[in-house]
Amino acid sequence: MSKKPKLYYFNGRGKMESVRWLLAAAGVEFEEEFLETREQYEKLLQGGSLLFQQVPMVEIDGMRMVQTRAILCYIAAKYNLYGKDLKERALIDMYVGGTDDLMGFIMMFPFLSAEDKEKQCAFIVQKATSRYFPAYEKVLKDHGQDFLVGNSFSWADVHLLEAILMVEEKKSDVLSGFPQLQAFKARISNIPTIKKFLEPGSQRKPVPDDKYVETVRRVLRMYYDLKAN
Amino acid sequence: MSGKPRLTYLNGRGRMESIRWLLAAAGVEFEEVFLQTKEQYDKLIKDGLLLFQQVPLVEIDGMKMVQTRAILSYIAGKYNLYGKDLKERALIDMYVEGISDLMQMILMFPFSPPDAKEKNLDSIKEKATNRYFPVFEKVLKQHGQDFLVGNKFSWADVQLIEAILAVEEKIPAVLSGFPQLQAFKTKMSNMPTIKKFLQPGSPRKPPPDDHYVETVMKVFKR
Repeated sequence: MSKKPKLYYFNGRGKMESVRWLLAAAGVEFEEEFLETREQYEKLLQGGSLLFQQVPMVEIDGMRMVQTRAILCYIAAKYNLYGKDLKERALIDMYVGGTDDLMGFIMMFPFLSAEDKEKQCAFIVQKATSRYFPAYEKVLKDHGQDFLVGNSFSWADVHLLEAILMVEEKKSDVLSGFPQLQAFKARISNIPTIKKFLEPGSQRKPVPDDKYVETVRRVLRMYYDLKAN
Repeated sequence: MSGKPRLTYLNGRGRMESIRWLLAAAGVEFEEVFLQTKEQYDKLIKDGLLLFQQVPLVEIDGMKMVQTRAILSYIAGKYNLYGKDLKERALIDMYVEGISDLMQMILMFPFSPPDAKEKNLDSIKEKATNRYFPVFEKVLKQHGQDFLVGNKFSWADVQLIEAILAVEEKIPAVLSGFPQLQAFKTKMSNMPTIKKFLQPGSPRKPPPDDHYVETVMKVFKR
C-alpha cells in the first residue's frame, strides 16, 4: 500500500486546488481519484468515506479527511508550514482567511451565467485591488522580508501565490500597482517545489471550463443556479 | 488598560457569537465595543484597524485579529481546547468546519427575502437532521465518551452545543431522533462556564431580530 496521500475530487480546481498546491509546495507526492460519474460519488457515499457527504476528501495518515480547511491545516502543520508558535499561526490563519475569501469569489465564477460572469469579474478585480492585495503589499513592505510570516516559507505564501495567479488569469496586469507583490510572485514561483508545480505535466489543474462545470453539476446535482456577488 | 480581549462587532450574534461562546467556555472575561453607525465602521477602516476592512475584530495579546476562523483557532490553541496532538486537531477541525457550514445557513437566514424563508428553514432542518447531527450522534455513540474528541472538552464541543441550541430555536423538536446529542446537550449545558454563559445577563446575544438586520444593512451599506 502506498503511503502517498490520495485526493478524491473532480478533475479540476475547485476546492481541492489549494490542497494540491500545498502538498506540492511541501514536496509531497500524491495520488488522485477523479469523480466523473454520479455512480462513483454514490459509491463513496454508501461506503461511508465522506463524513459530511462531501468532497474534497483526502486519505492521509490513516484518516479520511474532509473539509478543505481542516485538510490544509493538517498538511501545513505536518510539513512545518504553519509558523513556529501560536502567534505566527494566528498571522498565517488571518492571511489565509483573506486569500480564501478572494479565491471563493473566483471559485463560483465558472458556474455563473455569461452576464453574471462579467459582473463577477469586475467584482473580483475590485476586491483584489482595493481590499486584499493592498493588505499583503503592506505586510511585505513593513517587514521587508521575503515571506509573509516569521521570515520563513509558510502556507500563507503558497496560498497568496495561488490567489495572485488566479486573479491574473482574469486580469493580466492586476499587479501593476503592487511592486512588493510582483517581487513576491517572482520569488515564490522560483522555489524549486513550486517551480515544478508550475511546469506543464504537474498535477496543477487548468482554468475550469464548461466540461468541468457540467461534470460537477451532474455528479453532485447542485450548483445550477448560482448568482454573482 | 485591561488585559482582557476586546471584541468589536454589532450588538448581536452574527460571526462574533462563536467567539463569545469559546471565550466564555474557556472562562475568559472580555470587553465588547458595539458598532451602531456607518461612521463608527468607516472610522475603524480609516484608522487601519481592520486588515481586510471587515469585522469581527478581536484585540487580544497585542494583536488586532480578524477572520473568525483565525480568531477561534488562536483562542482554542491558547486555552488548550484544541486537542493534544495533530491528529486530534484534525478531528476537531473537521467537526468544527462541518458545524460551521450548518451555522452559516442559520447566519444567513435573517437576511433571506420573506418568500425564501420557509424554503431556507426547511433546508436547515434537512441538513441538520440528515447531514450534521447524525455524524455527531454516531461519533458519541461509537466511543461512548462525554466529549467529541480525545475524551476531553474541546472547541468542537463548544461549537456543537452552540449549533444545537441555535437550530433548536428554529426547530424545537430537532433533537428528537438523537438521544446521544440530547445527553450531550445536557452535559455541556451543565459545565460551569457554559452554564454561566447560558444565564441571563451573560454576554450571549439573543436571536437576530429585524432591528439587528436593519443595523447590519445600515452599518455595512456600500
